[in-house]
Amino acid sequence: MLEHVPLVTAGLFPNGVSRYAVGGLFVGFGVLVIYVGTGIAAGASTFLESTLSYASEQSRFQQYVASRDWRVVFTLGIVLGGAVFAATVQSGLITTALYEAGSTGELYEAGGVTFWSTSIQPWRLFLGGIFVGIGTRVGKGCTSGHGVCGVGSASRTSIIGVMTFLLVAIATAQIVAGLGVSP
Amino acid sequence: MGNRHPLFKPLVFVGGLSFGFGLGFSQMARPEVVLDFLQFEDFGLLFVMFGAAIVSGIGFTLIPRVRDAAPLTGDRYERRLKSFDRNVVIGGAIFGVGWGLSGICPGAAYASLGTGNISILWALAGMFTGAYAQGYWRSLSTSTERTPTSVD
Repeated sequence: MLEHVPLVTAGLFPNGVSRYAVGGLFVGFGVLVIYVGTGIAAGASTFLESTLSYASEQSRFQQYVASRDWRVVFTLGIVLGGAVFAATVQSGLITTALYEAGSTGELYEAGGVTFWSTSIQPWRLFLGGIFVGIGTRVGKGCTSGHGVCGVGSASRTSIIGVMTFLLVAIATAQIVAGLGVSP
Repeated sequence: MGNRHPLFKPLVFVGGLSFGFGLGFSQMARPEVVLDFLQFEDFGLLFVMFGAAIVSGIGFTLIPRVRDAAPLTGDRYERRLKSFDRNVVIGGAIFGVGWGLSGICPGAAYASLGTGNISILWALAGMFTGAYAQGYWRSLSTSTERTPTSVD
């Protein structure tokens, strides 16, 4: 019986599961480190509004003045974490069987580092980004705030939020693909 | 808030590094891979989100039983609980449209920039535009109606 399991999982997980599981552990560890040291359950999307408080006096943004500095630090850490991944695993400096490289987008070399660029059309990124910017802030969280911290807290609000954005995103992506939009 | 421990920001930075590295390693920083999940071609994303939620969930559950307050801030350990109202569903649905169209969410967009994905600046520009638009509108409506009682 057991020899059929890889066949089934290969259909659901054509790139295996290890890169996803290991990556998820690093994401969770990052959240955990900050929580242990500071008591803060850090989400990524509040940065959008807290950073606008440097430039706008609107009350909606000014409410985040107290947290805006560390949120900039958190975001710079995330950007640099992506760069460390590019300089190590993506560049082949560190090789591990846990990482499946895949074939999406375009790889390019710069300064001895293998970088990566998406093939998704700019209008999709920009228009989608506008919806993400509105929705995450109106909806009180994003994939990290609701999805990781909120679900990790067994918050009913976050579980409802995650179910909502997952189902709507699946429907949207299927419709967009069905209309022949690619990439 | 003013006199935080000198290690406060360095620790947040280290947490961000791990967070961003994980989004790179899991390829969530690649919109194509997220779209593959949403189109039922690769279900790996579930391992990322729930894997991370389990790790953070163990911490959120156990740490408050061991200690009362966080060493670097003195803040009490609490779970991330937000009040439920219709905004959670409305905002979640709007976010879902954007996530399904672009394949990118805020944290993954920051990490994607780090992996060299210059095109993701389009998504970040969109996110700031959207965040500004809703903040501008909501600042107007709250200042004319009542003072906000935010739990964020």
